Amino acid sequence: MDGILSKRTGQIFKNGVDTHVLECDKASVAGSVSQRACVFCGSRVVLYPITDALHLIHGPIGCAAYTWDIRGSLSSGSNLNRYSFSTDLREMDVIYGGEKKLYAALNELIEKYKPKATFVYSTCIAGLIGDDIDAICKKIETETGLRTIHVNSEGFKGTKKDGYKAACEALFSLMGKGAPARSAPFTINILGDFNLAGETWIIKEYYKKMGINVQTCLTGDGRIDEISSSHTAQLNVVQCSGSMTFLAKRMKEEYGIPFIRVSYFGLEDMAAALYDVAAFFENQEITARTKALIQNEMSQYYPEITKYRKELSGKKAAIYVGGSFKAFSLVKALRHLGMETALVGSQTGNKDDYEYLKSICTEGTIIVDDTNPVELAKFMKEKKVSLLIGGVKERPIAYKLGVAFCDHNHERKIPLAGFEGMLQFSREVYSSVMSPVWKFTSKREDYHE
Amino acid sequence: MLLRHTPAEQVEREALTINSAKTCQPVGAMYAALGIHKCMPHSHGSQGCCSYHRSALTRHFKDPAMATTSSFTEGSSVFGGQANLIEGINNIFTIYDPEIVAVHTTCLSEVIGDDLVQIIKKASDDGKIPKGKRVIHTNTPSFKGSHVTGFSNMTASMVSYFSHNSGSKLKQVNIIPGFVEPSDMSEIKRITGELGIKSILFPDTSEVLNAPMDGKFHMYPKGGTKSEDLIKTGDSYYTFALGNTASGAAAKLLDTKCKVPYDILNLPIGVAATDAWIDAMRRAAGVTVPESLQVERGQAVDVMTDMHQYFYGRKVAIAGDPDHLLSLTQFLTDLDMKVTIVVTGTPVGPKWEKEIKALAGDDVKVKSGLGSDLFYFHQMIKQDKPDLIIGNTYTKYIARDEGVPLIRIGFPIYDRVGHQYFPIVGYKGALRVMEKILTALMDKQDETAAEESFELVM
Repeated sequence: MDGILSKRTGQIFKNGVDTHVLECDKASVAGSVSQRACVFCGSRVVLYPITDALHLIHGPIGCAAYTWDIRGSLSSGSNLNRYSFSTDLREMDVIYGGEKKLYAALNELIEKYKPKATFVYSTCIAGLIGDDIDAICKKIETETGLRTIHVNSEGFKGTKKDGYKAACEALFSLMGKGAPARSAPFTINILGDFNLAGETWIIKEYYKKMGINVQTCLTGDGRIDEISSSHTAQLNVVQCSGSMTFLAKRMKEEYGIPFIRVSYFGLEDMAAALYDVAAFFENQEITARTKALIQNEMSQYYPEITKYRKELSGKKAAIYVGGSFKAFSLVKALRHLGMETALVGSQTGNKDDYEYLKSICTEGTIIVDDTNPVELAKFMKEKKVSLLIGGVKERPIAYKLGVAFCDHNHERKIPLAGFEGMLQFSREVYSSVMSPVWKFTSKREDYHE
Repeated sequence: MLLRHTPAEQVEREALTINSAKTCQPVGAMYAALGIHKCMPHSHGSQGCCSYHRSALTRHFKDPAMATTSSFTEGSSVFGGQANLIEGINNIFTIYDPEIVAVHTTCLSEVIGDDLVQIIKKASDDGKIPKGKRVIHTNTPSFKGSHVTGFSNMTASMVSYFSHNSGSKLKQVNIIPGFVEPSDMSEIKRITGELGIKSILFPDTSEVLNAPMDGKFHMYPKGGTKSEDLIKTGDSYYTFALGNTASGAAAKLLDTKCKVPYDILNLPIGVAATDAWIDAMRRAAGVTVPESLQVERGQAVDVMTDMHQYFYGRKVAIAGDPDHLLSLTQFLTDLDMKVTIVVTGTPVGPKWEKEIKALAGDDVKVKSGLGSDLFYFHQMIKQDKPDLIIGNTYTKYIARDEGVPLIRIGFPIYDRVGHQYFPIVGYKGALRVMEKILTALMDKQDETAAEESFELVM
């Protein structure tokens, strides 16, 4: 295939046409313009929203600089997580080791900020020079009595998924303190919502109306104390399954807390999420309140959403996101707007995810794992899509092609989760697809014939 | 208060950088490499580095930034990255078909000790580099210097790989623009053209990272210095390096390698620095300054005169990259403003600090390198509140908390547009800087003035 690395053909699948098993969970091909990031990035994005913790990055300055306040995770209180702390390792540290510097940095920080807990992220260099970060963290804990947790996130030790896992391990190590397990009635934890543009607050409001208590959200608008007692909940509701299933499984093993997978994107999935949670508790009042809530929300937003259908109907879309679970919801949400998904992919999907994607996509849909700009541009053109949903690196590619764009990643500015989120999403999609700017791009005419 | 955890009182920190005023070398190298036509920057390290740099450049320029990565795994970190780089080179040429691959290292490959010269030679011996194509490299250990150092290193590598003295001098000069915006690079070319001087500008990111929207995705946009021009830099009769930190190394190397004499000048930001640069070029090329440039200069000076009362005595705190800071300090001082705080994260040493003091006076608080971050910058601002802050996007937290107007100059700028298209160099650039300063100061005045002193004519 033109423009496609031969080693990547297995990671591309034409639905209903190809017969091979879509390859995934592979390291990226060297020399490709991969859109993926590293282990450290995975840990950093998961833990970043914990607002009252100190996040110290042990490595050269870059790792801290590029992750300084890049996630739109909102806080209702502390802003300590919006600071960028780094040991800023220099040449001499690389030669003689960075342990002394790390110890001094932690002392300076803890004395100054007295945080609830500190996360120390290891980076490629910290791993390579062999600093014993565990020992330093332990020493600090003994001396200060404050939780100091080493996040094992050396960049080269796997993919972003391994970084999620390291973050989950760090979160897990905070739990089990204080109250006994599963004490509170009708109490859940939200796993895998990061409060981008305040989405956690919307979801929490729904649960409140249903009569369900949220012990903690991992990790949107997160608080160390809440996380420490998250083992008291009776159910874990996992959204971003790519990052949080590992933690849910750990909590099930250790504390016997069952978990369900949900998605808060799109009307159907949002409603299903709430019904599933209600069903778990088998309580008539909760069920009744849930029903009323959903009916109310639907009647409020559905008519307005359908208004956008008229002009969007029949247009094609492309989706390229980090986790595949989000892709499922987006395929369904787009269908509500009358749009078919012609190209869909993720950075980190697994075999089951892609099988499911195949089942919900139509024939001819191209499914890609760990794709790159050349492939994206090629397939978008081939499929004549009118919209791309993606993140920061995909946005300008779409625009240069004259294709509308919707950010469904860290940089979204308005909440896209929940019932009202679906309305916002519809507006975003509509306004970008129907933007008057496209009439100034003559080339787009040929592109869309 | 977003930065409510920042106290005014300053304590010496030894081991900690808070809210950095710099980033690491590779992103600068990647930016420089994008200024070569049909060049694919390649990051030799973990995937994350490449992804972060591309995201940073994309957020700053709002344009695609292409680069490939060696995608290190645990194995490569133990056994070295040779296999990854050779496979990478092969894949890049096969699929993306660039003319040049510009490899930069990362902290990871530096510490492992990969020998890039040897690996590139092996790739060449194994026939992985097609005929007529090139692989160049530079070393950019992230634990030394800053993004400006990385830019400087990649630019110097262009000289060491391309520049060739053929023995016959060409009637042209080299201009090394430094870590400036694509808009600044086109402005430098325009001014040189006005002077009637033929020039080679390298690197040149104009029309690469401010490319027009034409309904197509171009892996290699139209702009960038062509490799044949890079070769010819060895035959130019003179080199002008703009900004010592970002451009000095390449100019010196050109002199050593190809015997091209050079001048290292300050970045032409502000009237004095632009005068110095144009004058140096005029003398070297034996041309006269055309009326068109004299008009531009006159207009800039006109605004300086007209608005002096608004500039006079106002205190300015600036954070950014050393070359920018030097010229800005000069310009602001010439505007009769008072530069009170100057901070760069790039380690540049006492000579630079002395130069800043020579311009702004001995009581300016100037800091570079170790412990010089935006946390320190903020603390200095708390101790002596300025009327204006100049810095990159990250200084917006400080501006908001302290209620001080901000203008954005530097890298990165994630939250405004304009820098890609409107230059700050040259006389037109001086006008733009003045306009930005005046607008910021006057908006603040309008916002906070009492009703009776709210002025119509300013």
